[in-house]
Amino acid sequence: MKSAIVVFPGSNRENDAADAIERASGKRPAMVWHKDSELPEGLDLIVLPGGFSYGDYLRCGAMAARSPIMREVIARADKGTAVVGVCNGFQILCETGLLPGVLLSNSGLKFICRDVHLKVANSQTMFTHRYSAGQVVRFPVAHHDGNYFADPDTLKRLEDGDQIAFRYCTPDGETTTEGNPNGSIGNIAGVFNATKSVLGLMPHPENATDPATVGSLGGSLDGKPMFDAIVDALSK
Amino acid sequence: MKKTKSKRKSWPKPKDMMGLAPAEYDLACNILGREPSLTEHGIFSVMWSEHCSYKSSKKWLKTLPTKAKWVICGPGENAGVIDIGEGDACIFKIESHNHPSYIEPYQGAATGVGGILRDVFTMGARPIANLNALRFGAPSHPKTRRLVSGVVAGIGGYGNCVGVPTVAGETNFHASYNGNCLVNAMTVGIARKNKIFYSAAAGAGNPVVYVGAKTGRDGIHGATMASAEFDDNSEEKRPTVQVGDPFVEKLLIEACLELMATDAIVAIQDMGAAGLTSSSVEMAGKGGLGIDLDLDNVPARETGMSSYEMMLSESQERMLIILKPKRIEVAQRIFAKYELDCATIGHLTKTGRLVVRKNGNVDADMPIAPMVQASPEYSRPWKPAKKRKPVDARKLPVREPGAALEKLMGCPDLASRRWIWEQYDHLVRGHTLQRPGGDAAVVGIPGRKKALAMCVDSTPRYVEADPETGGAQAVVETWRNLTAVGATPMAITDNMNFGNPERPAIMGQFVGAIKGMRKACKALNYPVVSGNVSLYNETNGQAILPTPTIGGVGLLKDATKSVDLALKADGDAIVLIGATAGWLGASLFLREVEGREEGAPPPISLGTEKRNGDFVRGLIAKGQVNACHDISDGGMLVALAEMALAGRMGARLELPRTDSAYLFGEDQARYIVTTANAKRLLAGAKTLRIPATVIGTVSRDGKLALAGCAPISLDKLRQAHEGWLPGYMSSKK
Repeated sequence: MKSAIVVFPGSNRENDAADAIERASGKRPAMVWHKDSELPEGLDLIVLPGGFSYGDYLRCGAMAARSPIMREVIARADKGTAVVGVCNGFQILCETGLLPGVLLSNSGLKFICRDVHLKVANSQTMFTHRYSAGQVVRFPVAHHDGNYFADPDTLKRLEDGDQIAFRYCTPDGETTTEGNPNGSIGNIAGVFNATKSVLGLMPHPENATDPATVGSLGGSLDGKPMFDAIVDALSK
Repeated sequence: MKKTKSKRKSWPKPKDMMGLAPAEYDLACNILGREPSLTEHGIFSVMWSEHCSYKSSKKWLKTLPTKAKWVICGPGENAGVIDIGEGDACIFKIESHNHPSYIEPYQGAATGVGGILRDVFTMGARPIANLNALRFGAPSHPKTRRLVSGVVAGIGGYGNCVGVPTVAGETNFHASYNGNCLVNAMTVGIARKNKIFYSAAAGAGNPVVYVGAKTGRDGIHGATMASAEFDDNSEEKRPTVQVGDPFVEKLLIEACLELMATDAIVAIQDMGAAGLTSSSVEMAGKGGLGIDLDLDNVPARETGMSSYEMMLSESQERMLIILKPKRIEVAQRIFAKYELDCATIGHLTKTGRLVVRKNGNVDADMPIAPMVQASPEYSRPWKPAKKRKPVDARKLPVREPGAALEKLMGCPDLASRRWIWEQYDHLVRGHTLQRPGGDAAVVGIPGRKKALAMCVDSTPRYVEADPETGGAQAVVETWRNLTAVGATPMAITDNMNFGNPERPAIMGQFVGAIKGMRKACKALNYPVVSGNVSLYNETNGQAILPTPTIGGVGLLKDATKSVDLALKADGDAIVLIGATAGWLGASLFLREVEGREEGAPPPISLGTEKRNGDFVRGLIAKGQVNACHDISDGGMLVALAEMALAGRMGARLELPRTDSAYLFGEDQARYIVTTANAKRLLAGAKTLRIPATVIGTVSRDGKLALAGCAPISLDKLRQAHEGWLPGYMSSKK
């Protein structure tokens, strides 16, 4: 599997993502600086990492979405190359239109960093086939603007097309307000594009892949199956 | 400072003195051989401000132990450096941003984080963790809620964006901070031992290069402001507070680290307090050189700035670099990549003078060495604090342990800080091995088996009650917290927050605390490698509790050998290590449950601390314990409750006594550990003559059961513990 991570000014979880991919695939992804106008040839996976691209000024992800490298990312995505956007990467994907919806400020108006529970809504994709449908997993979140919103028509399209990847839930798997950390509509934590080749999600699976970080005060390995699934699907 | 006879009849009006004392102004005239220009006057003022010159504290700071065979660089540089093996170094420092945070909480706290980050990466380190120690006024004070909210948002807003995890800290509330909150920020970084950068300039003719953000009119005279008391009009000082841009800082970190990987840099220093003035004077001064600055080349955010404004501006996210002459293009290429300014603004000279030019005029021309050497050093009169009597616990009323515990677990100083740390990204970089909520955070080092443990501590109520004991205790508590996660404590950084040093009683607190710290550092072979002093923390003559904040760093050679505080296995024996007399003087129990702030603090025996701590660390290294927690605020039962809540496990306790002094006394040098093999542990303790007693077993019940008392529900304790801070922050009064 050949992968690349796009680094914007202000990205800060690019190494976390690289570590997770390396743990799953044994290969370090290429790091591509946003000013490079070309991506490496023959890429199987493009990752847009977490962080504060362009300082989150103007609107989270808005400026990154208009940077030269993103034209290239969109072109590759249109050709079917897999793309994952995590946190700020998800915001960028929504800003480019590769994914529907927008991310508003958290309903509590505060930055939130903690483990959250997620229910796998669609386990039939290249990203999620190592999970079972309805499985409850735990990833950390770390964001200020993760409140997913889409209009009713879009929501219906997402539901009908099985485009919802994860929903926030309680430890018992209830997708209630109690299990929703940021006010996202329908408890949506992550969505796919129509062809399921692009995934965006607010929680950080890459920070749930290292056994050394798991302890009584938090941490999990539930993100590992996602990276294993991607490697599985793209190494064939 | 040397006394000079003044023939002068009058000085500039007090408001025009820029904080200089008349004798200091005279000395400035003597050094120059004439009256200073406006720019020169400003430069003298900031260089000799308490904040930059340490004039009241220097004499005493010099007495602190700063050496050990693992210390690579002690105080005097931008940050301290220790050797952590395998060619790696750990670089760290703590710094206050108290006054700015009180005036403008969000920006004050944010720029505090930015400043300390620069102190650490300017030495070549990749910052891997931030910590903070916060102190606010009484929860009932009308300003407290706004300050807590703004400071926490500011720390998060900056740290989260730069991508450095905020992993640990402490927060206290006390009425003495009503008019003067404390924001102490610490950064820990790692570097290669042979790639550490220092600030001493070298090579006359070498270019002086300015990088980072542009200079504006913000923060002018910040250092002078930070060295004065507050009064009711302190809000008027808002223009002296700087405004931070964490996005630019993130780019600056990456650009500097990239430049540091080349061989272009001779010396580098961040522009912190007193901005361009202190960075240029300190770099040239340390190198015994002069420096010529042409301010027309300084990247400016606004037009028409005078040399006075440019030299004193504390605009953030700026660095000054002395480059090798043939490497300017390397720097320009890197800074262009990050779209940051990079401008040659002068060169080093052999004259030993600071020359500042602008618009073809020479606005300052002053000898550096005399200014730096004549920087005043005061031997301020001090009065030792009055000794307090121990509290006689036998005269206290009998209390139901469960009710007292619930009250303590939900009191402002012990309630969970989850509301705070969840606003900080404590996971970015992916190497946070122990998260907030334990004794110390543990942060892994990429590609290494080892990890660093880190924490910040101070117990101001002890320092007030007995400065020397309190000073020692602050050092010891960090040592204990690092030990409790299995780390070997290596070194500390200190942030001395006190009131007005011109008052002998305050100076007495400072001197006492230093004496205590000195003893503790010596006994534990735990030197001070960096630090910061913040004096004049008072408003309308009301001083804060003396607060020497200690930041400790320890090394875990094998990160997998660390333990945390959570109770884990049903049936594990709970063992109390250390002796309990039942010391209630200056305790939280006495304050929160009995409503009394009095008595002598618990005595410290450094020998016992070392013996007990070394024993516990040995147990952890040998894998003999499943959980460990040091006993501090609130005493033994509080420590146990914290372990139970963290592990969601209960305990059945069989205690020799159940009186308040035994349960809540704050005797030092104690730990609680849990083990599957109590016999082996007790035998080991006996051989070393270390007091160790089995006090109960871990259970699956959701309660703490004390023989002879009503069982204590963990759910109720959790509600009290987790509920207070969010409840307080969301309520309106």
